[in-house]
Amino acid sequence: MKSTALNAGPASAAAEPMQDSRQGGIRKTSRINRFMVSPSVIVLALWMVVPLSMTIYFSLIRYNLLYPGDNEFVGLENFQFFVTDFGFMAGMSNTLLLVGSVLLITVVLGVLISLLVNQAFWGRGIVRILLISPFFIMPTVNALIWKNLLLHPVSGVFAAIWKFFGATPIDWFSEFPLFSIIMIVSWQWLPFAILLLMTALQSLDQEQQEAARLDGAGPCALFFHLTLPHLARPIAVVVMIETIFLLSIFAEIFTTTGGGPGYETTNLAYLIYSQALLQFDVGLASAGGLIAVVLANIAAFFLVRLIGKSLTEKQ
Amino acid sequence: MLSLKQRRSLNTLLLGVLAWGVALAIFFPIFWMLLTSFKTEIDAFATPPQLFFSPTLENYTLVNERSDYLHFAWNSVVVSFGSTIIGMMLAVPAAYSMAFFETKRTKGTLLWMLSTKMLPPVGVLVPIYLIFKDTGLLDTKTGLVIIYTLINLPIMIWMAYTYFKEIPKEVLEAARMDGSSLFQELWRVLLPMSKGGLAATVLLSLILSWNEAFWSLNLTASEAAPLTALIASYSSPEGLFWAKLSAVSTLACAPILIFGWISQKQLVRGLSFGAVK
Repeated sequence: MKSTALNAGPASAAAEPMQDSRQGGIRKTSRINRFMVSPSVIVLALWMVVPLSMTIYFSLIRYNLLYPGDNEFVGLENFQFFVTDFGFMAGMSNTLLLVGSVLLITVVLGVLISLLVNQAFWGRGIVRILLISPFFIMPTVNALIWKNLLLHPVSGVFAAIWKFFGATPIDWFSEFPLFSIIMIVSWQWLPFAILLLMTALQSLDQEQQEAARLDGAGPCALFFHLTLPHLARPIAVVVMIETIFLLSIFAEIFTTTGGGPGYETTNLAYLIYSQALLQFDVGLASAGGLIAVVLANIAAFFLVRLIGKSLTEKQ
Repeated sequence: MLSLKQRRSLNTLLLGVLAWGVALAIFFPIFWMLLTSFKTEIDAFATPPQLFFSPTLENYTLVNERSDYLHFAWNSVVVSFGSTIIGMMLAVPAAYSMAFFETKRTKGTLLWMLSTKMLPPVGVLVPIYLIFKDTGLLDTKTGLVIIYTLINLPIMIWMAYTYFKEIPKEVLEAARMDGSSLFQELWRVLLPMSKGGLAATVLLSLILSWNEAFWSLNLTASEAAPLTALIASYSSPEGLFWAKLSAVSTLACAPILIFGWISQKQLVRGLSFGAVK
């Protein structure tokens, strides 16, 4: 009790006795409180600091697992090699194309579909469930089902549709490899956009909509002046969170094209993986890893600000 | 001439049909996977694809013999439940203390936790791989549990935090005034009041760990490989295998799909870090 009185300081001196004991209780628990959040803080700090500082160290030395012992300091040579390598430009442009296209597809279709589902119609609950299902399919299953059952040039469903209309079936993964990856990744992430936007639409002010409609506003005006502004923040959240995950798309490429043909479907994540675990060049892969970290941090900077803002709004 | 009311109900009908069409198209790959899993390999490869066929269960019985399905499934179960249990043990106290005992640093801590999620896995792949190699954690379930706990912890804390925030402080204070210990306060008051939200947190963690496919592909070989890795091993085909691939995929996805359906409404919160409710 003595220490709590000391901690409480002058503020509690004027307080009522009842208040005082309450204050004491909170002071006491604030120490337990610190203790309770610290395990999580410690493990996350270790998770961030230890591997990342190792990556920074590795990126500055020559380090190939095939030639052990030859680990001299080389400065920024690894970065120079990584950036000037032909694979880097391909990896960067494929990463941007992949992220950009999937974002565009999922947001546009996500808005349209969530608006469609927001109407009252028969079996809405089942439609919702069908729409969000692809999000729960594991990435390796997604990739192999699309590759073998749907996009296969001989017996895939798409080939059958093409043949039905008299067209020559397309060998998707060799003729349009990046487009195929974009398609299957979009299929997986569209439900995420639908799920978030659908939820956000439910909090749309119906009375306001009705009032605007009575004032003679057409569906387009309603959409652009009421619905879209309401969806602005959820769309921003969808874009930011998808960006974080899409920057490190790996399993879909690993199981379908293996980055090929050539570098056509190699994104930054896959390039670093192949540098590290296929060519054993730890130094080079670490330099690439750091570049990926910087890229993700640029995206994260905006996300953290966005969510931080909503956190203060709530309070 | 249709009256306004009739036109409206026709509109609703058309929109409903359109919504059903879109939903069925998006769900089609999953439906097709399920259908193919009941075909013989000959039917699975037939052109044009068969919609009607005589169903067989042999793929499901063969899957376990051929690829030791249960071994991989057990790894998935151990790794997802293990990381979820440890994650909840870390996340619930952390979220509790941040939701009910806010300090000046709470907001910063929360955002910092979120920012650890932004670290792309490739950025730390090399050191983690080397640490795991040196400590013998490579290709072990323990290793995967550690990684999954760490990558899902920020999401779990955020999700639990947003649910705890909705509980009035006074309820817990009343319990404390009645002389209940910290443990009693958590166990008897907090957990019952937020069990829906915490259940959703558990489900989200299970879903994310079950489907995780970057670390599982890079850190496991055979001993600790979960289902994601087993499916990936089907990417190099040996003969006719599509029906079996479909069967093994259906088995691997069914439990998580059902978890997802159950918890879809609550998941939004965790998936958007509380920004969309």
